[in-house]
Formats: sequence, structure tokens, C-alpha cells
Amino acid sequence: MACRNINVQNVSKIVRYFSQKVTEQESKISSRMGFLLGKPLYLDAQATTPLDPRVLDAMMPYMTYSYGNPHSRTHLYGWESEEAVETARQHIADLVGANPKEIIFTSGATESNNLAIKGIAHFYGSKKRHIITTQTEHKCVLDSCRALEGEGFEITYLPVCSSGIISLDELKSAIRPDTSLVSIMAVNNEIGVKQPIKKIGELCKSKKVFFHTDAAQAVGKINIDVNDQNIDLMSISGHKLYGPKGIGALFVRRKPRVRLEPIQSGGGQERGLRSGTVPAPLVVGFGEACRIAKNELEYDHAWMTKLSNLLLEKITKNLPEVVRNGDAVHTYPGCLNLSFAFVEGESLLMALKDIALSSGSACTSASLEPSYVLRAIGADEDLAHSSIRFGFGRFTTIDEVEYTAEKCIKHVQRLREMSPLWEMHQEGIDIKSIKWSQH
Amino acid sequence: MAATRGEVLKIYKNMLRESGRFSFYNYRMYALRRVKDAFRQHKSIHEPSEIQLHLKEANKFLNIIKRQVIVGDLYKFEKLVIEMKSDDK
Repeated sequence: MACRNINVQNVSKIVRYFSQKVTEQESKISSRMGFLLGKPLYLDAQATTPLDPRVLDAMMPYMTYSYGNPHSRTHLYGWESEEAVETARQHIADLVGANPKEIIFTSGATESNNLAIKGIAHFYGSKKRHIITTQTEHKCVLDSCRALEGEGFEITYLPVCSSGIISLDELKSAIRPDTSLVSIMAVNNEIGVKQPIKKIGELCKSKKVFFHTDAAQAVGKINIDVNDQNIDLMSISGHKLYGPKGIGALFVRRKPRVRLEPIQSGGGQERGLRSGTVPAPLVVGFGEACRIAKNELEYDHAWMTKLSNLLLEKITKNLPEVVRNGDAVHTYPGCLNLSFAFVEGESLLMALKDIALSSGSACTSASLEPSYVLRAIGADEDLAHSSIRFGFGRFTTIDEVEYTAEKCIKHVQRLREMSPLWEMHQEGIDIKSIKWSQH
Repeated sequence: MAATRGEVLKIYKNMLRESGRFSFYNYRMYALRRVKDAFRQHKSIHEPSEIQLHLKEANKFLNIIKRQVIVGDLYKFEKLVIEMKSDDK
């Protein structure tokens, strides 16, 4: 109702109100950084990665003077954008060993996952009403499955063993004649564990079930080949491989054909599976990021291994009772998830203010609940509460990792010294055997 | 051959100099590391036509670095803690 009475005076009041808000916000940010000299280091590469300067360089023309709609067929503006989009599509297909016609652009991995899971379920839903996924999937896969459960589909949430890897036998016995889709992520976003994608693909092929993998954390970081690994559908994200945010892709196999029911209705772009104007500058950036990732894959992987080993070695050498979450071998080295016993993860994160870290997924970082991924791998409640994820990227330096290790060691020691539980543990008392009384 | 050697060294030095101008710490460190490693990696190439090909590629990258250094200079942003620390020393 207040909106109806807006006049010039009110507008100026509103402007003043918002500008005050902005200054408040600014002072909040500076006070949040407080005594900090400088911006925190970035070690949260699983949440997002910085844009590669080479990617921005490729995008610039399409953000300025080459602004045509790639679907315009009647003039040069459209043609040049279309050509750039198709070149980008080729780069993405090359990175994963696909045919460019099998790449559908979406807004990101969340949309790709929704499109894949709901699309398959709805298209084949008249006969096949069962879907298999795992307990450690990303929220968007789990939530899409929940939504389908509401529509009467049956979902099997496979458990994982303590290393974070699924059991192929369990998967095999879970597949039923009416199973339409198996959706298992390639690399876990919280613990970095790699699933045996190739074996899962073979199994799904032999059982004639579609296999979808959420490879947002895997593409451009480990070798992915959709034909070698028998993947039918795959979600890719742009901003996890140094590309721009707001762009992703879904690989949809053509031979044998995988059919989907689109979520969005519209102009029929992207083979009718994802209507809406393709954002040419973002696609160009995404394509360039994939081209670079293909060339740099080994180089970057070696760097991640170096950084990861350095951090792990430094921390475990100086701190006892540090547990690595997830498998140590079948893992992507750019993601290191550690639990510091007797230290509360959130207080450690607060102490490590000058390093941008997370205790798990960015989507769930607002809640203080321990991560469901860590619970699924059977981590003790207390260890699940004390976990921190270190994410390295192409742009992370050795100095940054050494700085992080030093700070981490210092603060874990300090927090442990304050903890009575740590003291009891040092005296050899088994904390779990204590019967805590109410008073 | 000698001319090519001089050419290679010249572009190597140019690339290092330009990379060092990135105002964003992480870009700067990455560019320096990547340029050094790329030249080291291709050290054993002797085929002149192949060298020419790599030189062309390097020139392309040099131009990208130059442009991106300019873009980085257009906006102000805070330095990282780690840079502050090294400034103290």
C-alpha cells in the first residue's frame, strides 16, 4: 500500500534509506574483515574458481561489439555469434570426447542435473518408475529425486562405504527391470572422492539403464571420456573450471539415443531441450575454458597433487589426530577434506579468517548442521563437526598453501589447548566411554 | 638458428616482464610459473618449423597477457594478506 503513495519526496527518502543501507553494509564488511590486513586467501575452489584471464580475453568481443543473437539467421551479427557458439560447443565436446551435437547449453550444473533426472523420469515414466542415486550426491540431484518421489517415482539412495565410494555389487542388486536411470557423481564436491565411473557405466550398459553423472567437479580436472566410460548423460559447470558463472552444459548421448522431456518450453533452441537464447559471451568463455582445460589437464593435475601433498604433509607432521575424510587414493587432489579431532570446525573457520575456506558445500554452508556427506561415509558426529575442506586451483600458490598450513597448525593447537576434552584425551580417557550426567 | 635463439629469448623475457605486471597476485604468480614451465618444457625442440609454431603461439599469449594486465589495472581491489606479509619483510 505504501508503494501507491510514492512521490518525489518519498523517492528521495527511499534513496537515502538504501544508501544508508549500503554504507552499513560496507562498514559491516570492513568490520567483518576487522584487523585483517588485506583480503583473505582463496582456498575454496570447489565452490567456484576465478575466471582465467585467457577466458575473459576470449569473451570480451562478445560482451561488447559482437552482440548478435546466435539464433538470428538473417544478418551478420547473428552469424558471427552463432559461429562462436558452435566453436565453443566443439571445444566442450572435445574435452569429454563427445560429438558437439550432444552438448546442450544450460545455466549450470544444477539445471543440467534437473533436466537430466526429471527429463528422463518424465519421458520414460509411463513404464519405468525407479531411479537410483547415492547418499553423497549434490543437493540438486537429491532434491530433484525428492521432487520425483512426490510424483510417485521410487528412488533408491545407495549408501557409500567409509571411503566414500559406492559398492558395485550393491548397485547391481539395486537395479530393477523398471529402473530408468542411475545418477552417480564423478567427483564428490565435499571430499573429492572419485567414483568408479567406467565400471558403473559398463554395468548400466549391460543392464540397459541410462547412466547420468554429475561431473561438475570432474570435467577439466580428471580424464573424462563419455564413450570410454559409457556415460549417457553428464552435467558440466562453467565456473568450476575457470570459466564464467551462469553457464553449464548437459551431455545427452545420441547413439543410442537418450530422450528427455524438456523442463522449459519456448523457442526450441538447443534441440528443443532447453529453450531460451543461448548466452553467447558466456558460452564462448565456457568453450575457451574447456579448450584450456584440455591442454592444461596434466599440468594442472600435477600442480594440485603437489599442493595437496604439501599441505597434508605439513599438517599431519605437526598435528596429531587429523583424519582425512574420503578415500586417499581414488580422489581428486584439488580437494582435501580434513577433520581435526577436538576442534569445532566453525571455530577453526572463524580463527582462519584470513583464508577463505568452507566446512563443506557452499549451498549448505549457512547451516551449522554437520555435512550429510560426512555422515554418509560414517564419520563420527564429532569428527563431522570438525571438518574443513581445502580446495586448490590452478591459481593457488605454494606460498598460500604454506601460509594456510602454518595458520591451521597454530590455531588447532590453540583451540585444543583450551579444550577440556583434549586434555582428557591426552590423559588417556576415552571420551566416548564417559557417561555424561544431566546435572 | 642464432636469430631464432635470440627471438625465443626475447619473447621469453617479454612474457615474464608482462606477466609480472598483473596486479592480481594469483594471476601474476600463475602466469610467471606457466611461462617458465612452458619454455622449459619445450626446451628440447630443435625443428625450426616447430619452433616457429610455438613462437606464434607465444606471441598470441603475450598479447593476451598485455590486454589482461590493462583490464586488471582498470579496477581497484584489495591486496591479499599474503602480499601484505611479504611487504613487511
